[in-house]
Amino acid sequence: MLPSIRSIGANAIDVVLRLGYAARFIGLTLAHSGTSFARPRLIIRELYYTGVLSLIIILVSGLFVGMVLGLQGYQTLTTYGSESALGVLVALSLVRELGPVVSALLFASRAGSAMTAEIGLMKATEQLSAMEMMAVDPIARVVAPRFWAGVISMPLLAAMFSAMGIFGGYVIGVVLIGVDEGSFWSQMQGAVDVREDIVNGVIKSFVFGVAVTWIALFEGYDAPPTAEGVSGATTRTVVTSSLAILGLDFILTSFMFRGM
Amino acid sequence: MLDLWVGIFVVAGMAALVILAFKVGNMSSMGSGETYEISAYFDNIGGLKPRAPIKSAGVVVGRVTSIELNNERFTAKVKMAVEKNYKFPKDTTASILTSGLLGEQYIGLEGGGDDQLLKAGDSIRLTQSAVVLEKLISQFLFDKAAEGGDAKK
Repeated sequence: MLPSIRSIGANAIDVVLRLGYAARFIGLTLAHSGTSFARPRLIIRELYYTGVLSLIIILVSGLFVGMVLGLQGYQTLTTYGSESALGVLVALSLVRELGPVVSALLFASRAGSAMTAEIGLMKATEQLSAMEMMAVDPIARVVAPRFWAGVISMPLLAAMFSAMGIFGGYVIGVVLIGVDEGSFWSQMQGAVDVREDIVNGVIKSFVFGVAVTWIALFEGYDAPPTAEGVSGATTRTVVTSSLAILGLDFILTSFMFRGM
Repeated sequence: MLDLWVGIFVVAGMAALVILAFKVGNMSSMGSGETYEISAYFDNIGGLKPRAPIKSAGVVVGRVTSIELNNERFTAKVKMAVEKNYKFPKDTTASILTSGLLGEQYIGLEGGGDDQLLKAGDSIRLTQSAVVLEKLISQFLFDKAAEGGDAKK
């Protein structure tokens, strides 16, 4: 009995400790960002690994999500005889919710896990300590460029996901089922507001980008320097950032789209 | 090679954002942005919402900016921003209409014959409230009941 109660307390203290360390870690990363912006080559290299290599999965899933939305939306809307609102349904659900959220989930499992594994292995093979020995700050050289690459690429990926999804909805709705093309686009343009919907979607994906890369980098940096440690950290990255994305999405939605 | 791919990635992302803004959103239909504000009092606005379109002869000429209740007259004060290049005479009628059977509500402006034009800050005097379905149905039922009563006599 007593040991189990003791372990609850120990776990709680551990969680708070890690939170504090994570906050200090992001502070250090931001403080060292200047040096990595002075060397944009580092950020470009990381943009390739986090952004460009995630493109295929983002575009393909965007297309399929949009196509499924088109099919299912048509099924429901046609019951009420308002299948011309299909464009509105596809565009609003992609731009407001599915685009930022699903692309962030994919980004966390595609790029976030890779970041954690890479940094965790660097730590396990003592490359980070070697850098420190050479008076190179690993936060400035390794962590900060990856952080900014993640933050920059996330909104771009989410925008591409949404655009691809709307194209998928168009292909299913207009080309295959035969919803009127004019009302598909014009009702969409009438209902989607640039400030309220598109800019809010971009803000969402930016927040998700910060959250996912922060969690991924921190888990890698904090991973125990063993094989199990790195694999555990990779798992934790995917689980924690998925939960963070969904939780943050709820909070952001309740602020952004209240009473709409 | 790396730079090229990153460049393509960033350009494609920006292009997706531009497509979303212009093709999906209504950025292109917002016009020059130069507007003047006029207001109108309605007895009942129905389901009119801020940002609803203002149309004249079916052409979008502006948007509703705010709706509030005037607590002295118990009427709804609707402020609207109309684009600068559209001018309306002083005796313009503003009515709340619905696009289609289930569509959104908008304000329709119908120009009159007055020489003087509405200026910024003016308010439209001739207004027509939204049609409330319940009132319409009860009116219809009353009429029917009255007809039935007459027939019996």
